[in-house]
Amino acid sequence: MNITRQIDLGTEAGRCKETVSIEIDGKPMNVQADISVMRAAREIGVDVPKLCATDSLKSFGSCRLCVVEIEGKKGFPASCTTIVEDGMKIRTQTEKVAKLRRNVMELYISDHPLDCLTCSANGDCELQDMAGAVGLRDVRYGLEGKNHLDAVIDESNPYFSFDASKCIVCSRCVRACDEIQGTLALTIEGRGFDSKVSASINESFFDSECVSCGACVQACPTATLMEKSIIDHGQPEHSVDTTCAYCGVGCSFRAEMKGDQVVRMTPSKEGKANNGHSCVKGRFAWGYSTHKERVLDPLIRENIGDPWRKASWDEAITFAAKRFNEIQNKYGRKSVGGITSSRCTAEEVYAVQKLVRTAFNNNNVDTCARVCHSPTGYGLSQTLGTSAGTQPFESVMDADVIIVIGANPTDGHPVFASQMKKRLRQGAKLIVLDPRKIDLVKSPHIKAEYHLPLLPGTNVPLINALAHTIVKENLLDEEYIKERCDLESFAAWKQCVIKPENDPDNVAGIAGVDAQMIRDAARLYANAKRGAIYYGLGVTEHSQGSTMVMGMANLAMSTGNIGFSGAGVNPLRGQNNVQGSCDMGSFPHELPGYQSVKDEAIRSVFEENWNVKIDPEPGYRIPNMFDAAIAGKFMGMYIQGEDIAQSDPNTQHVEAALGNMECIVVQDLFLNETAKFAHVFLPGTSFLEKDGTFINAERRINRVRPVMKPRQGMAEWKITQNLANALGYPMNFNSESEIMDEIALLTPTFRNVSHDFLDRFGSVQWPCNEKAPTGTPIMHIDNFVRGKGLFIETDYVATEERTTRKFPLILTTGRTLTQYNVGAQTRRTENIVWYREDLLEIHPHDAETRGIKDGSRISLASRKGDITLTAKITKKVQPGVVYTTFHDPETGANVVTTEYSDWATDCPEYKVTAVQVAPATHRSKWQNEFHIRSKKEGKILETVKH
Amino acid sequence: MNTSTNIFIPRDTASISMGGDEVAIKIEEIAQKEKKEVTIIRNGSWGMSWLEPLIEIEIEGHRVAYGPISETDVIDLFEADFLKGGSHPLKLGNTNDIAYLKNQQRWTFRRCGLIDPASIEDYIKNRGFSGLEIALQKGSSHVLKELEKSGLRGRGGAGFPTAIKWQTVTNAEGDQKYIACNADEGDSGTFSDRILMESDPLALIEGMTIAGLTVGANKGYIYLRSEYPIAHEILASAIKTAKEHNWLGKDIQASGFDFEIDIHIGGGSYVCGEETAMLESLEGKAGMIRFKPPLPALEGLFGKPTVVNNVVTLASVPDIIDQGGSAYSAYGVNRSKGTLAFQLSGNVKQGGLVEIAFGITLRELIEKWGGGTASGKPVYAVQVGGPLGAYFPNSLLDTPLDYEAFAAKDGMVGHGGVVVFDDTADMAIQARFAMEFCSIESCGKCTPCRIGSIRGVEVIDRIINNENREKNMDLLNDLCETMIDGSLCAMGGMTPFPVKSALQYFPEDFKPEIK
Repeated sequence: MNITRQIDLGTEAGRCKETVSIEIDGKPMNVQADISVMRAAREIGVDVPKLCATDSLKSFGSCRLCVVEIEGKKGFPASCTTIVEDGMKIRTQTEKVAKLRRNVMELYISDHPLDCLTCSANGDCELQDMAGAVGLRDVRYGLEGKNHLDAVIDESNPYFSFDASKCIVCSRCVRACDEIQGTLALTIEGRGFDSKVSASINESFFDSECVSCGACVQACPTATLMEKSIIDHGQPEHSVDTTCAYCGVGCSFRAEMKGDQVVRMTPSKEGKANNGHSCVKGRFAWGYSTHKERVLDPLIRENIGDPWRKASWDEAITFAAKRFNEIQNKYGRKSVGGITSSRCTAEEVYAVQKLVRTAFNNNNVDTCARVCHSPTGYGLSQTLGTSAGTQPFESVMDADVIIVIGANPTDGHPVFASQMKKRLRQGAKLIVLDPRKIDLVKSPHIKAEYHLPLLPGTNVPLINALAHTIVKENLLDEEYIKERCDLESFAAWKQCVIKPENDPDNVAGIAGVDAQMIRDAARLYANAKRGAIYYGLGVTEHSQGSTMVMGMANLAMSTGNIGFSGAGVNPLRGQNNVQGSCDMGSFPHELPGYQSVKDEAIRSVFEENWNVKIDPEPGYRIPNMFDAAIAGKFMGMYIQGEDIAQSDPNTQHVEAALGNMECIVVQDLFLNETAKFAHVFLPGTSFLEKDGTFINAERRINRVRPVMKPRQGMAEWKITQNLANALGYPMNFNSESEIMDEIALLTPTFRNVSHDFLDRFGSVQWPCNEKAPTGTPIMHIDNFVRGKGLFIETDYVATEERTTRKFPLILTTGRTLTQYNVGAQTRRTENIVWYREDLLEIHPHDAETRGIKDGSRISLASRKGDITLTAKITKKVQPGVVYTTFHDPETGANVVTTEYSDWATDCPEYKVTAVQVAPATHRSKWQNEFHIRSKKEGKILETVKH
Repeated sequence: MNTSTNIFIPRDTASISMGGDEVAIKIEEIAQKEKKEVTIIRNGSWGMSWLEPLIEIEIEGHRVAYGPISETDVIDLFEADFLKGGSHPLKLGNTNDIAYLKNQQRWTFRRCGLIDPASIEDYIKNRGFSGLEIALQKGSSHVLKELEKSGLRGRGGAGFPTAIKWQTVTNAEGDQKYIACNADEGDSGTFSDRILMESDPLALIEGMTIAGLTVGANKGYIYLRSEYPIAHEILASAIKTAKEHNWLGKDIQASGFDFEIDIHIGGGSYVCGEETAMLESLEGKAGMIRFKPPLPALEGLFGKPTVVNNVVTLASVPDIIDQGGSAYSAYGVNRSKGTLAFQLSGNVKQGGLVEIAFGITLRELIEKWGGGTASGKPVYAVQVGGPLGAYFPNSLLDTPLDYEAFAAKDGMVGHGGVVVFDDTADMAIQARFAMEFCSIESCGKCTPCRIGSIRGVEVIDRIINNENREKNMDLLNDLCETMIDGSLCAMGGMTPFPVKSALQYFPEDFKPEIK
């Protein structure tokens, strides 16, 4: 397969419905009335030459290569900036136009190195193509005139270089940074011939405000901004369309290949979640898949602490199966279970939960969504009827008021953040509820109308105070409520929120937010024509996570903000397939499609298909698994791609549980923290080797396609299938698509989905079935899925985690742009140059009273444990609140966090831990032990290699 | 009875740069010493720049002029009893009788020199705000009708009919509209905007207010070049005074109409005088050209419908409304109606501002007003319309000053700057200068201008150095064509005009061995 370039129609798509008739080079045609002459021409395959135009950016009109002649218009209008008019007669190829284009190209080349043969863009250079297209044969000016050939190459960014000597000053990079990414890090400095692209104020790319999203590199028509991987390896020869494996945005990418080597990942314009945009992780941080630490052989050992021994697949799987059988014989059927991974495909997840329900024959299956968005599933399903967000991402472009609660989109969901920022720059108003002053609060051309810097743990009183204002000031959408909601529950909710304790004046004291600002924010949202709520783990990871989710749903229903574009309640999900792993039945109480395991009718459908009796009793949730393990009742675990030893709260408790088990099977890319407690290690596949689907935060089922064979020799679903067979349950899928067919058969919301359908259609948002054959972008359009929207009272029960004199500060945790969750992938890429270690953000006041300097080592202690890390003094956090990330296992941020959790779903309260911070000089006790263990584990590894 | 004598000393940049302030101080000093009661009024300039500082004594309602006066002349003047109109070699007689002034048809500049620019009373006394009063009474359609009758065209250079522009903005839909006054007077040899702003600032304010009222804008900006600090001072104080007297601000003269004006100091780039670059700069961005359409009239400042007009255009409007459009169109010829303030400079005896009706020839202007070259040598070349205007040889000096007549000769009237050269000028160097100017001032957006101007300099250098002359001549012609046909705005698109005219009319200058 030869590589084909993504089609570029030159200028933006039209929006209007009317058409006009025009004639291009004698060919009559009808086109949308608001498109450019260039786009019209390109739509019929007439390629007017161009350099500064590209269809992802607004027309600019600088290169002057796309000039045409138009009957009745004087001169030579640029086709990119000329909008079609009815009756227009355009000629794209005339003698005069040809001469003009050639002369313009001659000027370009008079200031360009003539090194095409050794240039990294050779074969993929628009300048080269255009020189060919216009027939340039000679540069009469010579090449000795004033030029930029001596410009120094900026190599500071680890992923791309900037070679100004090749720059044609088309401004595509600058415009991409402005219009697509919205960071505005680039500019044209100087004027005239001295014009040059400058990052920030003439800084290197690395030192500038650049966030390395790659939009500029993507936009560059020459080798000026070029991926270093292309410089090193040359142009790709074929490509495969697939889906990014980082956050829940689910960007579509083209993996550009040389044989089975990826040389570049470029975002696809056809990607419905990302429309051609990307972030530093998806675009560049894929090198971990070939990192030297990746394990490619199954490993086994009798006891943890023993050296690992390489094994064949058969041996390892038989070993694991034997152990699980023994445990079940000894401790009972329910003494083993599994955890599915939100990083794996829906098909792979499905296979694991099926193994647990059939081969293990219990419901002890849970997923990492337990620790992130389980309250979303619960809260939205209770109130609205579906365990998922209500909107497609593009809906934000219709929103007038946007509330962002407990989410940091520019770091966590950068590609969606860019879209949101675009809307904000168009004038939509923003309200931010977050303890920290996240970047969205104030960034170039964006300023939140209101930032409510609440104290961690006070989401519920704050949402109640917003509701209180809306009820009290009668800003309710009565008609909507009457028509669409359960009125009894509405009345009860009204009684609840109107209570004096929810008055903004009272809540101001609890949440630490100005009462007037609460009222103003409530009015702004309630009066919006289209108000949208976006939220993240700052909502869910609390002991009242589910209450807060329902509180937001209540607020949206009460103001009539669900069921149309521009509105909705939208979780920003953290992982590529966290929606999918939930959809696939990775819950101890639910079968695929959120179908209750307690329901006999539902069970019987699965039983018939699976040919096994399903346990009607829900199984263990993850925290219950740990508790049961410590109690000696839960002794074996099959863990698919999740590093619970690093990611779950109260590390020491988790470690105790893992250390107590008799068989832990870890299926992963790397020997992660959990693998230190494992008996069997089954090497997994990276997303580049997977075939299947990821389901993103907007319920979009995206195809993941392999660009290479599984490097360790076996697809992950097959590992699971072989294990099931070894355990005695015959699982007989022949391919990933067969798994999806079974999912579709057993899951009503997936009825219409198949790989074949997705390959033809692109991607769909579930429900995708008889009623919605091509999917459902917006949920709850005329009715709520559950029937009438249910208001649920949201009384506030504060967490038991309280600050005291000993632990006076509140710790809240999150993640950063360049690192991803436990960092297993991103720490194994160049992304470490931006964030080498977890830092503790602390307000200058809190730092000063403790004698802490920026960059100094500090001890962070809670009731659960203590760690040592580096302080970063910043006013991003408010006094009394500190913040850190959990990317680095050596830091061990979760040693400090507690097991307090959401009352409904057990989602841990990562966001609120009472802590003390003090200067420190050495590693904490846990960190010392960790260090020793890691060194030991390292030694064991060496014996494997020999 | 007031026995004090009124002495007028212009406060405009030309006068001050020639020592006007020092003269004023000296007069005051000596008057005090000699116990003569004098009142010094810092008026605007009459525009007779070669006579600055030109001082006037008011005697029985007449103004007697002396000039140019230097600080050292002041004692002499007192000795000559100039306060009583005493004779002196620098005495010019009654100001009104000075032929340079008398022979003009002053319309827009009729108050310049006459009044104290800081005095709103002076302004009103001289029919100031009469146009606005009529506009407030009769409304938008009346203004548009009179404007159309007047035939007024944009005096910034492009000569676009003002009535059509204002009508477009009036018709445009928009929750907000703006009036943007282009006071980035950057053309070489031009100073009419400056003289107007320094000598009669309220005329501009009145013109902008009428524009706002007509098109439905309540906010105006004056984009003032940074090199005009005195104009800035005078304008700022005039805006303040106008507001104090309710001729600006909220509810102007109880009409219900609000209008505010802000001054924005330019970024110091020639190309910011181009309207779209000016709008970018006003928005706080680098002064880079926008493509058109959309026209600023529909999507201008901050994307809103905007009237962009030059200072003189806007300042011409109040009298058009006051006296009627036909009164204005009675002046001029063909499609060039009314008057234009030509600015004479370069190698000319009597440099200054000449407001006359369109139609007289360039030669008349240079000879009758300019008095020929300063050097006394023959006129060799004349550049009209700023640095992008063509160089006319002696044989074209009989071209009438009329937009279309000039265009027919590949020249342009532009903003009315007239720069005279005698035969010591080397037109190859001037052609090179045109390209060099473009390379320095190009915004850098479009390729023909950004790279073409640099190559233009190089090619002309090669021609001057006699390298491959024929080929380089062809290349230069080709480059000129590329720039004209391919550039995004007039900067690159018109730079070739002076070059081509130099090549066409002064070919011998490109052959130094012959010369």
